[in-house]
Amino acid sequence: MSTDFRLKTGLADMLKGGAIMDVTNAEQARIAEDAGAVSVMALERVPADIRRDGGVARMSSPEKIREIIASVSIPVMAKVRIGHFVEAQILQEMGVDFVDESEVLTPADEENHIDKHAFEVPFVCGCRNLGEALRRIGEGAALIRTKGEAGSGNIVEAVRHLRRIGNELRRLTILTDDELMSAAKELRAPYEIVRMVARDGRLPVPNFAAGGVATPADAALCMQLGAESVFVGSGIFKSTDPEQRAKAIVKAVTHYRDPAMLVEVSMGLGEPMRGLDIATMPEEELLQTRGN
Amino acid sequence: MGAIPETTTVDLRPGPAPSPAPPRIGVLALQGSFALHAAVLRRLGIEAVEVRRAAALEGLDGLIIPGGESSTMLKFLLEEDLFDPLTAFHREGGALYGTCAGAILLARSVENPAQESLGLLDIEIQRNGYGRQLESHVGACPCPVLGEPDLPLVMIRGPVISDTGPGVEVLAAWRGAPAFVREGRVLATTFHPELTDDTRIHAYFLKLAHETRQTTAGKKSGTILG
Repeated sequence: MSTDFRLKTGLADMLKGGAIMDVTNAEQARIAEDAGAVSVMALERVPADIRRDGGVARMSSPEKIREIIASVSIPVMAKVRIGHFVEAQILQEMGVDFVDESEVLTPADEENHIDKHAFEVPFVCGCRNLGEALRRIGEGAALIRTKGEAGSGNIVEAVRHLRRIGNELRRLTILTDDELMSAAKELRAPYEIVRMVARDGRLPVPNFAAGGVATPADAALCMQLGAESVFVGSGIFKSTDPEQRAKAIVKAVTHYRDPAMLVEVSMGLGEPMRGLDIATMPEEELLQTRGN
Repeated sequence: MGAIPETTTVDLRPGPAPSPAPPRIGVLALQGSFALHAAVLRRLGIEAVEVRRAAALEGLDGLIIPGGESSTMLKFLLEEDLFDPLTAFHREGGALYGTCAGAILLARSVENPAQESLGLLDIEIQRNGYGRQLESHVGACPCPVLGEPDLPLVMIRGPVISDTGPGVEVLAAWRGAPAFVREGRVLATTFHPELTDDTRIHAYFLKLAHETRQTTAGKKSGTILG
């Protein structure tokens, strides 16, 4: 592992056991920080609004990002479109701490992701399975998150992705060395990384959950399924009481194995965001199928 | 780096142990790199206790406050009433070691921006003293108390110690500022040894916790947590 890469994954390590919250302006960023978020994710519109409004979703404006950076002391992340390396150059130049190459925005390249090794700023990328995770790591991602189904308020897809990654990881560990090349071919992932994962039984970068977290229980569920932190998108600012819900999710991530604490933090939160039934959604409305 | 003051060398070689029982160590597990600290301790033969509530401090000889976001951890300390139990833990003889965010929480005073802190270590500290993530860096610095080789140093949005009180020993410095300090049974680093393979600082802390335990044995009551 190169020195640079240790600095990239090192920041992800420091964000473990925390909640990272989507924010669209300085006021929301301060609410998130006051609630105990470990980081905020700057974007133009939260995923539920992107879903509702349609059109092309792009990187947030530099003014908004600057405003958010100036308003909080915690690390600031921001989203770029898949493959849009110039948006990433702009974010790096502005001093953003982590870049999310995200399926939530409209992809700029339907074939290629960004060469993330070329940047000093660390990247996080979404995935639905182990092969996708390892391809992103091969491209230089320092942090992996599930895609889930952003803006749906429905945890089912994040659970599916966490379970699948865990299952595929465990299967790799029981293969013999001479079976790993074939496994790499099936996973469509770099052989060297497949070997490393088979040996260690875990990803070489931290693994967080994202997509559909709406309640403290959703956040704790992701943690118990092996996620090391939780991204919360629309779940905070599409609920009726963002301050209280943000605090409750922060506490649920820390005390994720403490049912008494989960009871306490789940009370008095008002209404969560309204969710969508993913099983009845048309395929073309899914965000998770973007990038692969 | 000639500015490092002379310090008493601590012998890290396993000598005749004054007590056969290893020290009992906890890692504050509210957020951050607590699992990485526990992994380093495991390499040194210690199974650490994850501390999320005050009750878990009972019976510990030492506590590590890990790296992470100090503002997040501070919310927990304030809202879940951990301030007094941690202060009592120190007063009753517990050893403490804070890395990065942990150093910030232990400090006497915090700037950039100002925030509350435990005040168990007489230092003034600047959050994100080097700047944002793009200013994160690695290096190596001499540390006479630990001997050769130099200490590898990983700084992630690290803080900078801008002032130390008279009782604070500077055990290593980086770019002109104290980076590894000790005051009595409290240690702090502005960098992250838990991100490297070097276990010497953790071994030093274990020895400190062990010695502290010898001197406070029998003094500790079972009521420090109120």
